[in-house]
Amino acid sequence: MATKPQTINDNQAVTGLSNQEILRYSRHLIMPEVGMEGQLRLKNAKVLLIGTGGLGAPLGLYLAAAGVGKLGLVDFDVVDFTNLQRQVTFGTSDVGKHKSEAARARLSNLNPDIQIESFETQLTSANALELFRDFDIIVDGTDNFPTRYLVNDACILLGKPNVYGSIFRFEGQVTVFGMPLGPCYRCLYPEPPPPGLVPSCAEGGVLGVLPGIVGSIQAMETIKLILGSGDHLIGRLLLFDALGMKFRELKLRKNPDCPMCGTNRTIHQLIDYYEFCGVRGEEAPAPNVQVPEITPRDLKARLDRGEDLYILDVREPHEYQICNLKGHLLPLGELPRRVHELDSSREIVAHCRSGKRSAEAVDFLRKAGFRKIHNLRGGILAWSDEVDPSVPKY
Amino acid sequence: MAVKVIIPTPLRAYAAKKDSTEVTAQTVGEALGSLTTQFAELRKHLFTEDGKLRSFVNVYLNDEDIRYMAREATPVKDGDVVSIVPSIAGGARENG
Repeated sequence: MATKPQTINDNQAVTGLSNQEILRYSRHLIMPEVGMEGQLRLKNAKVLLIGTGGLGAPLGLYLAAAGVGKLGLVDFDVVDFTNLQRQVTFGTSDVGKHKSEAARARLSNLNPDIQIESFETQLTSANALELFRDFDIIVDGTDNFPTRYLVNDACILLGKPNVYGSIFRFEGQVTVFGMPLGPCYRCLYPEPPPPGLVPSCAEGGVLGVLPGIVGSIQAMETIKLILGSGDHLIGRLLLFDALGMKFRELKLRKNPDCPMCGTNRTIHQLIDYYEFCGVRGEEAPAPNVQVPEITPRDLKARLDRGEDLYILDVREPHEYQICNLKGHLLPLGELPRRVHELDSSREIVAHCRSGKRSAEAVDFLRKAGFRKIHNLRGGILAWSDEVDPSVPKY
Repeated sequence: MAVKVIIPTPLRAYAAKKDSTEVTAQTVGEALGSLTTQFAELRKHLFTEDGKLRSFVNVYLNDEDIRYMAREATPVKDGDVVSIVPSIAGGARENG
């Protein structure tokens, strides 16, 4: 007769599986590398996922399917239509719902025998230690530098492993930080890049499968840590180039002078990570310059009156193909060497997708002597909202 | 010495979209110098204004971090691979 599945209890290890669980995990149980002992280790394990997005999707799905007894899901965000291209935990009907809750519902359906807790909150220096305390392993699937340093420091302070993965366009990095003899994130990257040197949205985007692969490798490392088997990515940085389809491996050393995990630790508590990284919140850093602006409605009115305005589109050619305002395409990166193509005697309105790149273009052109030039406030996104909804947003 | 320099995705925009290039150099520093001569726009992403390697840019000779060798003075030999390993944070949120 089937026994009722036991759920994990903080004080007491689960010592058996129900018949239904034995059937569910039979492909694990018949492998000597997992077996009953390994499956019970999984069932007694508590893993906290920071982020339920692109990396969090395969992580959540595989760790739930594998029978990790307690999964915590931390995410403050809501499911957006543009997430569905890669965040495969979510369906179209989840758009608008909180990610942590939508993921919890999906993972509970996948495996009702495990405990899943959703934390609909932003991870901060105020709540990180409290949140992490109840879990054995922390998995970093976030998308910004402040949270990555926060996750690292909280893991070091609490002595917990940090399964790290990050992606950019076609490239991924995976490793395990926070093990007693291994390095931490600060050993590898003592300082974050200044906001101005982070790639702009002209080079943004990600191939949807990439977080699937990188997150799956993180899931594999998490399971191996729980099972205590195999060679872990401790002291090794795995680099994955999806375009070249190449994996490479670099040695990571524990930095004896690391301010966090070195012999003379200088950081003893969590700090303000937004200040440390030079950015505030999730917002894009504001352009350093104030440039003359025109609103989409004003531009429309002036064009309707037949005024002679030169529309300068500083996006990339592949973005122009998505949608355009019939402007003259001259990507921001090419502006310095193609500036002679522009006529400074004409009135120019520069635009991009959101208004950020075109603000830089307007600033550059003003310094080059252009006087009759405006930035289209809010870019194509605002144009679509305020003037012409038939122009798609992306 | 003929050395291959691997250019990571975030920096390819400043290197004519190339993923690697061959340079001739005696040291890692010379290899990076030659790289930024080929691709001038890369310079500010790798070096500070006074010519020091930026602290958030990691450089590896084959699979070793040059910080644990002789840094930029680390000698190279024919067939060595110099990799630039930048910090990437994504996720996939875009900010423009």
